[in-house]
Amino acid sequence: MDLSELQAIADKEISSRKAIRVVCCQAAGCLSGEGKDLLAALKASAAKSGISADIQICGTGCMGLCSRGPLVRIEPSGEMFERVASADADKIIGALEGKPFDEKKSDTNQPFYTKQLKVVLANSGKIDPDRIEEYIAEDGYKALYQVLRESTPQQVIETITKSGLRGRGGAGYPTGLKWATVAKSSGKKYMICNGDEGDPGAFMDRSVLESDPHRVLEGMAIGAYAVGADQGFIYVRGEYPLAIKRLQTAIKQARFNGLLGTNIFDTNFNFRVDIRIGGGAFVCGEETALIASVEGKRGVPRPRPPYPAMSGLWGCPTLINNVETYASISTIIRKGSDWYSGIGTEKSKGTKVFTLAGKCENAGLIEVPMGTTLRTIVEEMGGGVPGGKVKAVQTGGPSGGCIPASLLDTPVDYDSLAKVGSIMGSGGMIVLDETDDCVDVARFFMEFCMDESCGKCVPCRVGTVQIYRLLSRIAEGQGTKKDLAKLRELCDMVKTTSLCGLGQSAPNPVISTLRYFEHEYTSRLIDKDSSNGSVPADLRNHQSTVLVKEASHGG
Amino acid sequence: MAVSTLTIDGREVSAHEEQTLLDVARENGINIPTLCHLDGVGDIGACRLCLVEIEGSPKLQAACVTKPVEGMVVHTDTERLRSYRRMIIEFLFAEGNHVCAVCVANGNCELQTMAINVGMDHERFDYLYPKRTVDITHQLFGLDHNRCIMCTRCVRVCDEIEGSHTLDLAGRGNKSHVITGMNQDWGDAESCTSCGKCVLSCPTGALFKKGSTVAEMKRDRTKLEFLVTAREKKQWRL
Amino acid sequence: MAIAEIRADAQAGKSKPQAHPSGDNRYKLLEATMKKYQYQPDALIEVLHSAQQLFGFLEEDLLLLIAHKLQVPPSRVYGVATFYHFFSLKPQGKHTCVICLGTACYVKGGAQITKRLEDFVNVKAGETTKDGAVSVLTARCLGACGIAPAVVYDGAVAGAQTAESVIAHVKGWLDNGS
Repeated sequence: MDLSELQAIADKEISSRKAIRVVCCQAAGCLSGEGKDLLAALKASAAKSGISADIQICGTGCMGLCSRGPLVRIEPSGEMFERVASADADKIIGALEGKPFDEKKSDTNQPFYTKQLKVVLANSGKIDPDRIEEYIAEDGYKALYQVLRESTPQQVIETITKSGLRGRGGAGYPTGLKWATVAKSSGKKYMICNGDEGDPGAFMDRSVLESDPHRVLEGMAIGAYAVGADQGFIYVRGEYPLAIKRLQTAIKQARFNGLLGTNIFDTNFNFRVDIRIGGGAFVCGEETALIASVEGKRGVPRPRPPYPAMSGLWGCPTLINNVETYASISTIIRKGSDWYSGIGTEKSKGTKVFTLAGKCENAGLIEVPMGTTLRTIVEEMGGGVPGGKVKAVQTGGPSGGCIPASLLDTPVDYDSLAKVGSIMGSGGMIVLDETDDCVDVARFFMEFCMDESCGKCVPCRVGTVQIYRLLSRIAEGQGTKKDLAKLRELCDMVKTTSLCGLGQSAPNPVISTLRYFEHEYTSRLIDKDSSNGSVPADLRNHQSTVLVKEASHGG
Repeated sequence: MAVSTLTIDGREVSAHEEQTLLDVARENGINIPTLCHLDGVGDIGACRLCLVEIEGSPKLQAACVTKPVEGMVVHTDTERLRSYRRMIIEFLFAEGNHVCAVCVANGNCELQTMAINVGMDHERFDYLYPKRTVDITHQLFGLDHNRCIMCTRCVRVCDEIEGSHTLDLAGRGNKSHVITGMNQDWGDAESCTSCGKCVLSCPTGALFKKGSTVAEMKRDRTKLEFLVTAREKKQWRL
Repeated sequence: MAIAEIRADAQAGKSKPQAHPSGDNRYKLLEATMKKYQYQPDALIEVLHSAQQLFGFLEEDLLLLIAHKLQVPPSRVYGVATFYHFFSLKPQGKHTCVICLGTACYVKGGAQITKRLEDFVNVKAGETTKDGAVSVLTARCLGACGIAPAVVYDGAVAGAQTAESVIAHVKGWLDNGS
């Protein structure tokens, strides 16, 4: 495969496009319920109307506004329809023939769409993810060509470093620096794409893998070239069967076209990608636990140092980056590091994909420049809370915190979010309204961490259980001031002494809600009105009514 | 072998690159508490008792898996560390069903000794009273899960020294527990060689020799280090 | 199967996937997966996924077979199988209903849906009804947050569910006798 052949595929694809294209979202969200049969219904309708020859109907990936799905878009006009049912297929086809279908027409000028800047999601909802030709037609694999034929690995690393890209998995570690560290080591190297998106309330990675899998493969190949790896693994959650299927197809197609495998683009560069399926363990999102899982073991983290960049998979230097990080690479190469670093803030460059969900009107996937405020995202793009008010925004999943409505003008970037006691995390953003109970939200996250704890280190294994019990007691109105003090002490201890990120960040939701919503805790205490710490006589020696899963042995 | 100089608790000590902070400390009479560490098997940094403060780093590091670096300034016994260590022991006592009065290891138990060392005189946290089992199907040994603290010393010994890997951990999180064979009765686990190294390695009364009664389970823990040195370095240091 | 038979089978099976003495084709397919990964112990999780898919659940004999074929200690296989939420060591019901309890779904009522369903079928989440008809399970996040609350009926994701719609669906399974 050389550049002219690549271009030929692109040209052929573009020239074979019909004047009008109807695309129908086939990502997991829209496929559920009505969406599944919609594509077939549209094709049948078109055939019935006799216009099949003049239009192209195909499935694409995620279009973003999942809460209004299934979504259909007409190109080139850009007209969109929402909540489309199979029965509406005739009306959609009718719209092409001049019979407007206003009742399901979507407002494409709403902030949800207009305030986005699509880099990672550029192709999502535009191309058919099952066809490599469509990816190539959107300048796909051109960046890989450019890198292999025109740059040295060192130059690639410099470009990525200059772009300011930071790891999108949550930690925000400078990507260029990570690549440079792995590149410096010698011997056999591996690279891993972390698609174990375990944060509840986040589906950015799932969406990218389902809607634009080649983008991730290309990013991985560029990374492999830069650091000197020839074997890559994509670790995908078992809960994402569609993403796995799309990836398998994409890998097959890339190999068939010589874009993966040996002597890519007629160079010495070989790169092979295999998929590894997760077994349902949030802790496997942690680098060393993920490595253990790829090695066929229990997903238990190891102490760091040594860091995976020095000693990772099977003891070899291993580059691990998140799906979104790899998906950003090809555009940075094509458009240049200056272009990318021109977007965002001083320390957080580029764009970030967020899952906007919860009580807001518009729920789905958005990509915005770093530095966009929470207010813009939640109130303008998300449409606020219908019939209610925003109470807080929970970011960063179980490792993050709740940001109260009073701080909605906080810009979304790594440092600003950390300053208000939360984290960027992988991109989950849950909107809470006045009916949501912050103590209950903290308890929800602690229960999650308790269940997902790997059990290796004592602070996390036992600490999360003890914190959960205290939260439950307080939530049910059975807590005392002493319990609250104990809660704070426990949070500090678990955060400071746990072995890995899961335990270290498990207390964050509690700490964050204590910071901004302390009255929700204190107002429920039995002895809230007592100034000397004494508990009312009739409530002394109270038994907790909380039922906690006992640590019993079962199969 | 590269040698570095570092400071531990105000004392200057020297270390060579193959040692860990724990090795160096112990060599110099500084006693950092541990439970999951066992001379002769690999360290995993799980119990978090050996966490030390290193100047210049905001994070605490586990001494058993941290390599000394030239110029490091380490503090092993601050107020904060003492408080965390005490909480860890309290966690362990609350997690299982530890009743010293009726235990074979009473008086010879590392958990018990550690509780005294960290000054634990009462339990602040909820006792969980888990339902756990006892396995006495093996001819020679017993496994009482109530006393197990999941330190995995037995698992590591069975894997790294004996090699049969009869023992492993099953489940996850607070449901983790030690199993033998394919979750079989220990007596039915085919790979077990009855070598007894796991019993030697156990810090509490979880693994014991059948026939011992309260406070009778004494162990010679140095046997394991002796074995490893004999096998690997061909030096028999009894 | 007696251990000696499993061992003999493991030795024999090294060259190519052979028909299982019982004639059960699933064993042949499982063997093919193991062969694809060259019987490497590292492939344990992939093999367990395949076994879970083929057999619906991982019986101890099946785990023992895998242990022998991959030459991995049985305790390690059991340890891995019980670490990951995906693998089920008990048979599932004829129908499975998975309620998502991710943050978005929780905030939109996922917990109440779970409670109401538990009361309706009289089993707790993670269990199967006595007649083996329905398994009620919860998942930590399916990644369908845009259509919260989400529920998976026999592998098919449905969005914007309510306690009523879930109960109606499950009732349909129970009434039709699967």
